[in-house]
Amino acid sequence: MASATLATLSDRPVRSPVRRATTDPAWARWLLTGIALGFLAFFLVLPLVVVFAEAFSKGVPYFLNAVREPDAVSAIKLTLLTVAIVLPANVVFGVAAAWAIAKFKFPGKSLLITLIDLPFAVSPIISGLVYVLVFGAQGWFGPWLIDHNIRVIFAVPGIVLATAFVTFPFVARELIPLMQAQGTDEEYSAVTLGASGWQTFWRVTLPNIKWGLFYGVILCNARAMGEFGAVSVVSGHIRGETNTIPLHVEILYNEYNSVGAFAVASLLALLALGTLVIKSAIEWRQGGTP
Amino acid sequence: MSIEAHGIRKKFGSYTALDGVDLNVPQGKLVALLGPSGSGKTTLLRIIAGLEFPDAGSGRVLFHGDDVTDVPAGKRKVGFVFQHYALFRHMTVLDNVAFGLRVRRRKERPSASAISERAHRLLELVQLDGLAGRFPSQLSGGERQRVALARALAVEPKVLLLDEPFGALDARVRKDLRRWLRRFHDEIQLTTIFVTHDQEEALEIADEVVIMNKAHVEQVGTPQQVYDKPASPFVYQFLGNVNVLKAPALAGSVRRARPEEANPDGQIYVRPHDIELRPHDSGSTGLSAIVRHIHAAGPRASLLIEQVQSREHVEVEISRSELADLGLQVNDLVRMRLRQTHSFDEDYAI
Repeated sequence: MASATLATLSDRPVRSPVRRATTDPAWARWLLTGIALGFLAFFLVLPLVVVFAEAFSKGVPYFLNAVREPDAVSAIKLTLLTVAIVLPANVVFGVAAAWAIAKFKFPGKSLLITLIDLPFAVSPIISGLVYVLVFGAQGWFGPWLIDHNIRVIFAVPGIVLATAFVTFPFVARELIPLMQAQGTDEEYSAVTLGASGWQTFWRVTLPNIKWGLFYGVILCNARAMGEFGAVSVVSGHIRGETNTIPLHVEILYNEYNSVGAFAVASLLALLALGTLVIKSAIEWRQGGTP
Repeated sequence: MSIEAHGIRKKFGSYTALDGVDLNVPQGKLVALLGPSGSGKTTLLRIIAGLEFPDAGSGRVLFHGDDVTDVPAGKRKVGFVFQHYALFRHMTVLDNVAFGLRVRRRKERPSASAISERAHRLLELVQLDGLAGRFPSQLSGGERQRVALARALAVEPKVLLLDEPFGALDARVRKDLRRWLRRFHDEIQLTTIFVTHDQEEALEIADEVVIMNKAHVEQVGTPQQVYDKPASPFVYQFLGNVNVLKAPALAGSVRRARPEEANPDGQIYVRPHDIELRPHDSGSTGLSAIVRHIHAAGPRASLLIEQVQSREHVEVEISRSELADLGLQVNDLVRMRLRQTHSFDEDYAI
């Protein structure tokens, strides 16, 4: 009986297509796929190609000069410094917030969830302006800060604050659904086995969220390096002092030094590509392990 | 170690999960907390484990006479097995079992080799030694269950608490595993409480059954006691099938040996296998009924009969050979007699 079934199956003409209830006619499939790919090519791939083509349009030496020029180096350093402060801060905050929201019940929880999303909801310009209004010369703390000779606005602290604000939600947003799905049973069982709260966190909770956390960190990092709007408001665009990579790109471009602008921009584009590679590597890794 | 709980109350918001519950589990017994979902049985188990706490000032939990109400879960020496096992998914089976020993303070912690040896011994005990290097996701439900048990036993608990231990398994495995658990309990002699909503499971393996309903304990007793002498209509209905019949119609067929049970206004409870069927000829007594349905695909035959007088439907269970002797067909007339019945006061409504 079984062999008879097998025989009929293999006797079938090879070209007969498997019909499925969800399959549309060929023209519809090609049209939809074509639209998607065309859109992708025009809006994503083309600009990316342009960035690199323009960056190297005057040859590799010119590219290297544009990247190694002191103002560019200073911008790169400032961006890296900002990321080095913002990223750990947001990781700690994100894990703590996600842990609190996913594993505990407390009054004001839904308010906290909403507030975490606030930086996504408001325009980055407003995020910057808020800090100007609070810490600027005419702001609430302005006179006090001037008296104590502390510069926040048009200085590095302002840039760090604005970047931190904008990149606030990435880690928490990534972890909350993951931690909610995992529930609290594993933590409870660690507790009944005698683990302390700290041991439970390091040995049970953190290993369970490590890939989600890594993913959140990558996204947060990409955004922190690329943030323009909020940083632009608080930075003051002082060359060699308060310019981050995106602000430096803008200045170069406004000075009609488009090759220089694209050369520096290509660094950010490379970062974006690297981020995507790491992200898909993580997704592949997660899909691969049971 | 014996476990006692006195006057436990627990509210979740406006919902009362436990309303003054007492429990007494003697040393070395296997006790089932049995009840429908929402009866408070899991909450009671978690309060005993220290994962939940009774409402302020309401009750005490005693282990071996010592008040542990305010002792945190990790210090109570309980082994807890969760319904969905809650194995650490990023650790191997061996690491899962060793966890409880590895998180101990340095002074109390055995050496790494002693821990590994002990974990292997426990895996042998639950018959899983070959799977030490696997991850939980690579195990079947029954295997995970046993890993969870080994992990709970690793910390040498004084009490073992199991939350719906067989709930997530398929019927076949469930039956094997519960017999295994009974033998296992006889071997290790650890005071054990398990929560279940499956009366068959509770009656089969427990030394004592605590039946819970709506935040209260309805009855406590050995499986035989609770099955034969249910304390309330709820228990009667919860433990197996039962027919609830109007008393007056049955007055003639109930044996008058215990007159208090023939309460003329009340209802009569009778289990399907406590009804006797006889051929409907002139010589026999009992109430007339018509056979409406016969289901004989199983070890015993179950019949649905309709009483001629009151038109009540009654479920009857008889052996296949009795059925063959009676030669019954659908729509045949038959006489029924009640061998054993039970009635409760009317105000003891369900």
